[in-house]
Amino acid sequence: MKKINWDLNNISWKDITPGGIVEVPGSASDTITGEWRSDKPIWDKDKCKQCLICFPVCPDSSINVSEGKMVGIDYDHCKGCGICANQCPFGAIEMVREG
Amino acid sequence: MGKRDRLSGNEAVAVAMRQINPDVVAAFPITPSTEVPQYFAAFANDGLVDTEFVPVESEHSAMSACIGAEAAGARTMTATSANGLAYMWEMLYIAASSRLPIVLAAVNRALSGPINIHNDHSDTMGARDSGWVQLYGETNQEAYDNFIMAVKIAEHPDVCLPVMDCYDGFITSHSVEVIELLDDQDVKNFVGEYKPKAYLNNPNGKVSMGPLDMPAYYFEHKRQQAEAMKNAKRVILEVSEEFYKLTGRKYGLFEEYKMEDAEVAIVLLNSTAGTAKAVVDELRSKGVKAGLIKIRVFRPFPVDEIVAALKGLKAVAVMDKADGFNGAGGPLFTDITSALYGKADVKVINYIYGLGGRDVRTDDIEVVYDELLKIAETGSVKSVYNYLGIKE
Amino acid sequence: MSKVVEIRWHGRGGQGAKTASLLLADAAFNTGKYIQGFPEYGPERMGAPITAYNRISDEPITVHSNIYEPGYVVVVDETLIDSVAVTAGLKDDGAIIVNTAKSPEEIAPKLRGYNGKVYTIDARKISVECLGKYFPNTPMLAATIKVTGVMDPDEFIKDMEASFKHKFASKPQVIEGNMKALKMSMEEVKGI
Repeated sequence: MKKINWDLNNISWKDITPGGIVEVPGSASDTITGEWRSDKPIWDKDKCKQCLICFPVCPDSSINVSEGKMVGIDYDHCKGCGICANQCPFGAIEMVREG
Repeated sequence: MGKRDRLSGNEAVAVAMRQINPDVVAAFPITPSTEVPQYFAAFANDGLVDTEFVPVESEHSAMSACIGAEAAGARTMTATSANGLAYMWEMLYIAASSRLPIVLAAVNRALSGPINIHNDHSDTMGARDSGWVQLYGETNQEAYDNFIMAVKIAEHPDVCLPVMDCYDGFITSHSVEVIELLDDQDVKNFVGEYKPKAYLNNPNGKVSMGPLDMPAYYFEHKRQQAEAMKNAKRVILEVSEEFYKLTGRKYGLFEEYKMEDAEVAIVLLNSTAGTAKAVVDELRSKGVKAGLIKIRVFRPFPVDEIVAALKGLKAVAVMDKADGFNGAGGPLFTDITSALYGKADVKVINYIYGLGGRDVRTDDIEVVYDELLKIAETGSVKSVYNYLGIKE
Repeated sequence: MSKVVEIRWHGRGGQGAKTASLLLADAAFNTGKYIQGFPEYGPERMGAPITAYNRISDEPITVHSNIYEPGYVVVVDETLIDSVAVTAGLKDDGAIIVNTAKSPEEIAPKLRGYNGKVYTIDARKISVECLGKYFPNTPMLAATIKVTGVMDPDEFIKDMEASFKHKFASKPQVIEGNMKALKMSMEEVKGI
């Protein structure tokens, strides 16, 4: 089986899968979309009460949760939409300009 | 060895389906193809096959169910006609571009309107650019043989395209004729087990199918599909050769009837070829060098082979049982003339005939040969785009 | 028999003319012949005039048109003689077989100048007598075999008996009635 070549510009028609079959399904996490972000959420651990409202509202599954607790933000996939900051009842997430 | 029997075209195809014993058949009834799933449903009910028979609520759903089943890894078949085929439209393209080797018995019937249940080729001609391989057959025997071969052609790793087995509604589908059936075991051995490379239900290699394809890839996938269609020509000949060894019945891309020294010829599809053969025999007995070409493989179109077969003829008539409504000729005519362009200087005329089940008699075919002989003699063509048997 | 025998059936929807043409094809098939049996489909309804065809030959048959110049015409319902051109194209050296209680002499003048042989058979009487119901196709089939000579009558009777035994294994009285109807029809068909 061929390895996925992410360089979209240089793939011959002879080297792609027939009918566009995706041989590695569920591979969205391999694509880094965090680069699209212009505003970045900053999590303040001290203000956080672990209510976990941020987790279900995140459209990109970028709230990292471990053993039932919010532990940080996945910046590889967070696109900076700011929903988490907007929804947090305790002001524990703040949006700042990237760069 | 095979068994001599007498069956209608639809019965014969249903028997072929039983012998193939597919995993899934999903179908919706429409005249004149209804009998195929009807007979097959009885086979399924009687436990003669292991098939999951899915009676759906429309042809769009029939083809959708076929696509889902085939994608899951099941050998899948269906049958339809006319407006049923039209209702499958978008799914036909998806089946082909997803490279799913579904086999469809396409029992040719005029596409409405005006509403008409009788035979012509407007239904499958409309689907000629959908990416399906199209085989056409003159008799019950050919409809049956093509159906069995279709499975093997479709599933070949160099093809992986769906195949239509096209035969004439009523004339072939409902007429009882003598036929030679293969033994069940021979059919099973011939088609073999279906082993798709990638499929949804494969526990050892999960895949996703039918993804969004952006400009970066879409064109390349279409190019691949075109290559598969080109490969189909070789594969059809290989499968036909294997079938010949099993049955002694020879099939090519088209049949050449008394073409060796022919000066004039008719090119056409399906059952009318038989009627025309009787006219060729009659003309030959009078010393007229008449011949006939019956196209079996319309998609892929045998461009080079047709040029070789028609080169040097004094006059050729292409007969279309569907109008092209381009103001210039029918679909077979367009393909033949574009094949000849720049490669052979042959005088070709077109006859639209038999629309909506208008019966075609030997007398009608004689009119065509008479016109060809006139062209051969005078070297001048009076009219290119003509209608045969129309009430003027 | 080197030529193709062409037969045209005229009946009304529901009377079994199509079935009769298929039965004839079946019988001829069993004697090793090449056959075609096909109806001309229309918007069929009970009672509407319908047409069915047979071609029977020792050689493969390639022609796939309807039959316009039949050697034989079989009329399953005599009322069709007035409304349908049943003798159209019928060859003078052929024959027409009509289901009627009338004699060939009475029927002949109604056939629009047809000069060939005319046969009649009272299929209704035979059917009711042998089967207790009106199924004209069995008697008409037997009469057709007798008149056309497409196969040996004894061979036909034997073949039909085997086929009935297979089809009606659980109803022996049906087999008996049908066989009686076939034999009686072969004896009673009369012509001029």
